[in-house]
Amino acid sequence: MRDFDYIRPATIPDAIAAAAEPGSAYLAGGTNLLDLMKGGITSPERIVDISRLPELSRIERLDDGGLRIGALVRNADLAYDPAFAKSYPAVAEALLSGASAQLRNAATVGGNLLQRTRCSYFYDTASACNRREPGAGCDALGGENRLHAVLGWSDACIATHPSDFCVPLVALDAVVEIEGKKGRRHVTLEEFHRLPGETPQRENALEPGDLIVAVRLPAEAASFSANARYLKVRERTSYAFAIVSAAAALVVDGGKIRAARLALGGVAAKPWRARTAEAVLLGADASEATFASAADAALADASPSGDNAFKIELARRIVVRALMSALSGTPERLPALPASPFSNIPGARHDA
Amino acid sequence: MTLELSLNQQPAHARQGSSIGQPLTRRDGFLKVTGAARYAADNHPPGMLYAVLAVSSIARGRVAALDVEAAKAHQGVVEVMTPLNRPALAADPDAKDHPFMFRLDLLQNDQVRYPNQSIAVVIAETLEAATEGAALLSPRYEVLPARVGLDGAESFVPRGVGVGGPAVQHKGDVEAGLKSAKTRIEATYETPAQYHNAMEPHAIVVAWDGDTLSIDTPSQGLAMAQGRIAGLFGIAPENVHIRSPFLGGGFGSKGMISGPQVLGILAARLVGRPVKLVLRREQMYGPVGHRAPTRQTLRMGMDGEGRLTALDHQAKTASSTFDDFFEPAADASHTLYASPAIATSHDAVRLDTGTPLFMRAPGEATGSIALESAIDEAAHACGMDPLEFRLRNYAEVEPMTGKPFSSKALRECYRQAAETFGWASRPLQPRLMRDADGFLTGWGMGTATFPALMFQAEARAVLRSDGSGVMETGAQDMGQGAWTAFAQIAADGLGLDIDQVDFRAGSSDLPNAGIAGGSGHTATAGMAIHNAGAAVIARLADLATGDEHSPLYGAGNEGVLARGGRLYRRDDESRGESYAEILTRAGLSEIEGHGTGAPDPASQETYAKHAHGAVFAEVKVDPDFGQIRVTRLVGAFAAGRVINPRLVRSQYYGGMIWGVSFALHEEAITDRRSGRIQNANLAEYHVPVNADVPSVEALLVHEDDPYVNALGIKGVGEIGITGTAGAVANAVWHATGVRPRRFPIRIEDLLG
Ligand SMILES: Cc1cc2nc3c(=O)[nH]c(=O)nc-3n(C[C@H](O)[C@H](O)[C@H](O)COP(=O)(O)OP(=O)(O)OC[C@H]3O[C@@H](n4cnc5c(N)ncnc54)[C@H](O)[C@@H]3O)c2cc1C
Ligand code: SF4
Repeated sequence: MRDFDYIRPATIPDAIAAAAEPGSAYLAGGTNLLDLMKGGITSPERIVDISRLPELSRIERLDDGGLRIGALVRNADLAYDPAFAKSYPAVAEALLSGASAQLRNAATVGGNLLQRTRCSYFYDTASACNRREPGAGCDALGGENRLHAVLGWSDACIATHPSDFCVPLVALDAVVEIEGKKGRRHVTLEEFHRLPGETPQRENALEPGDLIVAVRLPAEAASFSANARYLKVRERTSYAFAIVSAAAALVVDGGKIRAARLALGGVAAKPWRARTAEAVLLGADASEATFASAADAALADASPSGDNAFKIELARRIVVRALMSALSGTPERLPALPASPFSNIPGARHDA
Repeated sequence: MTLELSLNQQPAHARQGSSIGQPLTRRDGFLKVTGAARYAADNHPPGMLYAVLAVSSIARGRVAALDVEAAKAHQGVVEVMTPLNRPALAADPDAKDHPFMFRLDLLQNDQVRYPNQSIAVVIAETLEAATEGAALLSPRYEVLPARVGLDGAESFVPRGVGVGGPAVQHKGDVEAGLKSAKTRIEATYETPAQYHNAMEPHAIVVAWDGDTLSIDTPSQGLAMAQGRIAGLFGIAPENVHIRSPFLGGGFGSKGMISGPQVLGILAARLVGRPVKLVLRREQMYGPVGHRAPTRQTLRMGMDGEGRLTALDHQAKTASSTFDDFFEPAADASHTLYASPAIATSHDAVRLDTGTPLFMRAPGEATGSIALESAIDEAAHACGMDPLEFRLRNYAEVEPMTGKPFSSKALRECYRQAAETFGWASRPLQPRLMRDADGFLTGWGMGTATFPALMFQAEARAVLRSDGSGVMETGAQDMGQGAWTAFAQIAADGLGLDIDQVDFRAGSSDLPNAGIAGGSGHTATAGMAIHNAGAAVIARLADLATGDEHSPLYGAGNEGVLARGGRLYRRDDESRGESYAEILTRAGLSEIEGHGTGAPDPASQETYAKHAHGAVFAEVKVDPDFGQIRVTRLVGAFAAGRVINPRLVRSQYYGGMIWGVSFALHEEAITDRRSGRIQNANLAEYHVPVNADVPSVEALLVHEDDPYVNALGIKGVGEIGITGTAGAVANAVWHATGVRPRRFPIRIEDLLG
């Protein structure tokens, strides 16, 4: 691999100053970045290792009832934090449905948000890819694309964002706390990731040098804790990215939906907040019929970008099921196969 | 040597207090779990350099330019090997003197014939420098259109399939059989290209000393590798010393030395220093073989009782443009089901891929999933239970040849596995079973079979005057525990406790143990070990029975038993003496004996020799999403004598899990335009994880086979895949009512 400089700053300002130089990249858990570097997909000249910045590994309750999760909190640590899992069960479930135990031990909150697409043409440097090389073209179009996007794609790019974690986060109005040259700012997760349009290389709201310092969940996010689920359909029972996933969270009172959150994963270049579906749900009867209408609304604008029309129907069904499971209540303990349709297999002997 | 004969015929009797049959754990297990086992890539001879391959990103064309200067200018890069400066070879890598000599890409020219073909080697002081040097070569190509997929080129009938069997075979009149049938089915199934993906990538550490070569590299066939390397470099085979103490899996991909391994040797020659070359994961998708894709059409006719009147199995497959290996998928129909008329045929296309090769159960696996699916369709068409249908068509003799089986405990396999599984309560119609959580539940079965093969092997046994023994054979342990099983056979062969035997293997300097492949290694090398033991015991018995100071004097070889380091009179076990006493009195520090293992040509002519098994699978399918989970597998296998039940069971488990993988997971996804494989990594090339196989059970069915070899060993390494893949597919049908016709089964196929 290309030689690069390795810097381990002691403070956040030092980190930002170092990363503001062109050709820099932050290193957190490294589970995505190092793969990309080994494959020649990215070749930073300077690695700014933030993994030992102490301030970024804390989980803090805020005075307003919200939660602030440091960018370096490990995926596993967050999911296994009992207070966190109790308040935000769908987020814990999503985290534990991602990757493998080893990867979750290394992967960080910030890194998970910023992981790149799994589009194979993006990883294959001999292919044309607008996201990797603006203007080069998109070999996924007309190629092997059965797992590509069905929402929000453009002819410039049909890739999906692969994160599980981000799906319930975006449903729960998470906010990304960013520190950069111009100070600290907050961007909702919904606005953080971008759809490809004509500039798929612009994946998110970060400017050069910007550091994600934390992800915040507003106080209201915990109000869904009794009825929140994440559901992920994949091609093996564990250790696979979602074909389609959904996070559903409800507040139900007397059979009526008082509040509803819905987001989809694996369908677009960003975690997909299904606001039109939420509008269908709000105030309606908590019933399968309502959920089916919501699913139709969520997928109303979907269209296949290749050999992936099946994902649209699959997404519809997943939305209905996720809402049904949310309605039936968050389980007492996280199932042994988090977010799996098979999480209810009798005889499973372990918690997640 | 009358004793050897008598021992051969009654091994169990003559070798009491047996190690054979004991469930010993792997003798190298401790080294492996503590990380102390030294695999090929763990070696670092002094002065060693790192070699990294640059590989082609096109499927077909030529390399028009390489920026060698840029690579050489990179700090730490020592040399770049291209077709222009590659050291000369004594043999043409494109020569094919015999069918097992596969053509290698050794930088013989600038042509590219598949993606990931080696186009240069960069040699540097560090791995990082060599890796960057390879990137800096920035090849430019003249690109020709890639030929991709089974419809991507004109098809032809290959001259031979598999190890050279006829591409087209038949007995009886299939068309007449179909015409006379009361019920007929016809179905086409597709299987994808699959890659071996052993955990350990192909790696080689090479040091030249004049014309002598010292090599650390994983090999399933040390003697073949030695011969191939000697031939390519024009040196004597005994000058090629290969050590292969541990393999991190092979599955056929390490059966023959591959091009990249030879490039490591060339690189070391070029720079005059030791060199290490390790393939990156994605570089294993091309030059080290794969399982070719197939499209198979089966036609079956059945009479009013559900008896087959005709079985026709046509398979289309693919090979590379420059070499011949044709997956013998249709041959799966030769051995399992009785039918008056059977026809099998193969045709093939030539694609811009690396040459496909043997991959665990080559032909048997691909053929089995199609055959077992079709049998299931046929049973359903006849309104019969799939087990009853299979029993109705049970082959009492090998269907294609009419030969009797040397042994066949398949009925017992069906019975035991069906009972353990609870098959009897299965409803005939699909989509009738749901579990408490509402998942569609399905039960399917398949028959497993694999030929009991033997190759050629030699072993050398030594008894020492301190009472201990040595057994040497250049056998290969791919991780399956072969050396433990061999040590058990050696202990019995020498009449010693296993701890008294120094078992040596894994080096080309030892007697040729043949190939660890074809599920024939235990039988072949095991027989060589057994016979070497018998030979040295015979010498020892000669010494004792001819010595009037021995209590065995006059007993004659036939009258002597070997056990626990002592010889006894067969007619009076109170009379005996220790090996040490016999050798010491004879004034000998050690004696040796040699043995060979090989198939017996006479019984080969007379008998059909196969291992058999029955596999039952339960799957759950989410009714809305089509996500599948195999919740239960029960297999029962009869494969002759079991040397070590623990190791045998783990082979069955591994094979059965591979069968799940075949049905549900594995597939190399090839870009239809470029021919490049899009998922050449273990994140996206799926194999099952633990959660995919919550319950796997393997039953060992007793089987005595006096004909396969004196030890009665068949093979267990590959059979588990066969039967299982079809059982899973049939269970998916039973759960959903949707008949899987392409593999792996995808969610969209079941969404409805
Ligand atoms: C085999 C495999 C399977 C996987 N399966 C799943 C799955 O099923 N579901 C899923 O959701 N994920 C999956 N992942 C992805 C995994 O979750 C991510 O790799 C991980 O979350 C990235 O976190 P990290 O800390 O290792 O990031 P890194 O690799 O260190 O960084 C990733 C990117 O983020 C940048 N970055 C990191 N932290 C910050 C910060 N604080 N501020 C600004 N920039 C930053 C880095 O510069 C880099 O560009 C899988 C990964 C692998 C390798
Ligand atoms: S889909 Fe996007 S990421 Fe994939 S090749 Fe096209 S531009 Fe690149």
